[in-house]
Amino acid sequence: MDPTIFLYLSSGLFLGWSLGANDAANVFGTAVASRMVKFTTAAIILTIGVILGAIVSGAGAAHTLSKLGSINALGGAFMVAFSAAAVVAWMTIVGLPVSTTQAVVGAIIGWNLFTGSVTDYSVFKTICATWIASPVLTGFFSYFIYKGVMKLLEKSRIHIIRLDALTRIGLVIAGALGSYSLGANNIANVMGVFIGANPFQDFHAGVFEFSGLQQLFLLGGLAISVGVFSYAKRVMLTVGTSIAPLTPVGAFVVIIATSLVLFLFASEGLEYALASIGLPTIPLVPVSSSQAVVGGVIGIGLIKNARNIKWSVVGRIVVAWVQTPLVAALVCYVFLFFLQNVFGQTVYNPSQYRLAKDVLVHRGDAEDAKALADVIGKSFPTSGQLKSAIDKALPDLDAKTVLQLVDDSLVEEITVDPAKFKVLEKLNVIEAERLDALRTLSGKTFTYRWQLIEALANQTPEWKLKEKTVLNKPYNKEIQKDLDLVMDAYVAKMK
Amino acid sequence: MDKSKLRLFHTTKEVETHFDSFLDTVSQGGISFRSGLSAYLESAGNGDMAAKLKQINDLEHKGDELRRQVEHELYTLALIPDFRGDVLSLLEDLDGLLNVMEDTMGSLDIERPAFPQELHADLRKLAESVAMAVEAAVMASRAFLRDIQSVRDHLHKVMFYEKEADGQSDKLKRAIFASSLPLAEKLHLRRFVDQIDHIADEAEDVADWLAIYTIKRLD
Repeated sequence: MDPTIFLYLSSGLFLGWSLGANDAANVFGTAVASRMVKFTTAAIILTIGVILGAIVSGAGAAHTLSKLGSINALGGAFMVAFSAAAVVAWMTIVGLPVSTTQAVVGAIIGWNLFTGSVTDYSVFKTICATWIASPVLTGFFSYFIYKGVMKLLEKSRIHIIRLDALTRIGLVIAGALGSYSLGANNIANVMGVFIGANPFQDFHAGVFEFSGLQQLFLLGGLAISVGVFSYAKRVMLTVGTSIAPLTPVGAFVVIIATSLVLFLFASEGLEYALASIGLPTIPLVPVSSSQAVVGGVIGIGLIKNARNIKWSVVGRIVVAWVQTPLVAALVCYVFLFFLQNVFGQTVYNPSQYRLAKDVLVHRGDAEDAKALADVIGKSFPTSGQLKSAIDKALPDLDAKTVLQLVDDSLVEEITVDPAKFKVLEKLNVIEAERLDALRTLSGKTFTYRWQLIEALANQTPEWKLKEKTVLNKPYNKEIQKDLDLVMDAYVAKMK
Repeated sequence: MDKSKLRLFHTTKEVETHFDSFLDTVSQGGISFRSGLSAYLESAGNGDMAAKLKQINDLEHKGDELRRQVEHELYTLALIPDFRGDVLSLLEDLDGLLNVMEDTMGSLDIERPAFPQELHADLRKLAESVAMAVEAAVMASRAFLRDIQSVRDHLHKVMFYEKEADGQSDKLKRAIFASSLPLAEKLHLRRFVDQIDHIADEAEDVADWLAIYTIKRLD
């Protein structure tokens, strides 16, 4: 094992620290600020929840961000994590709740810009949408839920002490569940870029098995906990007291409204459930808990007394949201320059992009193939250069298709190495029939990733993606997950 | 770790019971005061008065203990963080009512003021109004803990009985000073009328603060 890997990993741990210090407020901010849950109690619950979530369900979410950038050098990964962490840490020190995911996205875009890689700019549209949709939806929900709860409490005549106990239990349970999902959803942001360079070995002790990935995530989870204990209180107080005063019941309503908005508007499970019983689905909206919680607090502030809301604080928070991805991109770009030119580190491994005629034929675009005759077969060192060549030849092609073409043109030379079958088998995730199909391709080499995927689909219908409908989404996602595992085994992500 | 923190609901029930018992005690104090004054007027020297005095002493002690216990629980278990200060002041104020009633009974027993027979009916009325004001303050406090919307329904009664008590004490004092009693005796009787009326004033203070706590909770 190369010891320098730990030096690189340190920036992932820094990012974990920032995430813990900032995003813990989404889960326990209102509870701690309303003095219903002691900070230490909240920090302990957060630690346990985050680590469990990271280890148990963290691997499922690990691929969400990898689509954004194809960071292929440890130096680059180091700087992406470092810049995102630095921006979030700065926001934490000034006590403003921001989204760590958005900082990471910004930093990846910085890397893309520096290395001349293509960026899917629609991601910016998504992020802008979260700034508006999350707080507005949650504000709306918390406004009406709070009104309903207060009506109910008036009728139920619960003793003030009993109400206190019930609210406390509600806050602790909601906080524990929130901590678990914080760990499960965010460990990938913290450690995801290092999965390709994981220094940990699988560890066995009888029936007990602890995979290298789980060890990596445990380390990330620990970093998050340190962040929670050392610095989370300030952002918690901003969320829970600085925007508007919050009662314990209000604190609970904010958490419930946030979870409800995340569940209704971001849950593919619910979408599937509705579609499978023939009901219309709720459109999936990009929502982020950091933004949602702020909206929830404002919603309750509006009921009680709109004059209590400190709009100056809200304004500072909104400015911080906008700054986070932009500054992260800028910081990453500038620091990559220094890392590469001053410290002589590799931040990007040259790759080769070559548009194959097959891609176009495969897509049935004969017309496009003619127009792109000059581009086909030519090698480009960066995805950006290939993209501008395609844009030049076919200016009318829509951005999504261009990005797909570029993605499909990365030359990877994947050889199906029989030695890796054992590793995949041991994961115990991929179905036997799918593994058998993979075995039949043993020893073959594929220039492009899509060729391997196509070859697999030709072997068995088990590897075939179904038509893109809401009902087929879970099935396709499962295939995609298995494919990602296969690719992780055969493609050396990080050098 | 404090063991009581582990049995959350059990503790909740206990604290609730302590709260209720405390309010019961204050309410009983009012009743005991009224019947104690009656006993004194009927036959100052017999055992009834002594029994009533002991009863109100016991109630005062019990009230003190329960108040301390609830205060301790509120702080050690960090309960109701948003209204803890208000609830503590409310408890102190209600306990103050018990203290004043006990003091007044004690003074009656020691100083034995000789109220002329013709004042007895009005004195009983005054004691009745005072006890009703205390009772209404207790009801308002109960509502504050369980049913915040109906606090106002009880508060206005406190104000009403306090006014009644003021009127009765005014009438009594006029009658005392119009009588042919020696001045020293007049002043002695006047002091007792004022002291009894003061209980209703204290109940009104409780109600005034409670009105503010209620506005805070409803805001």
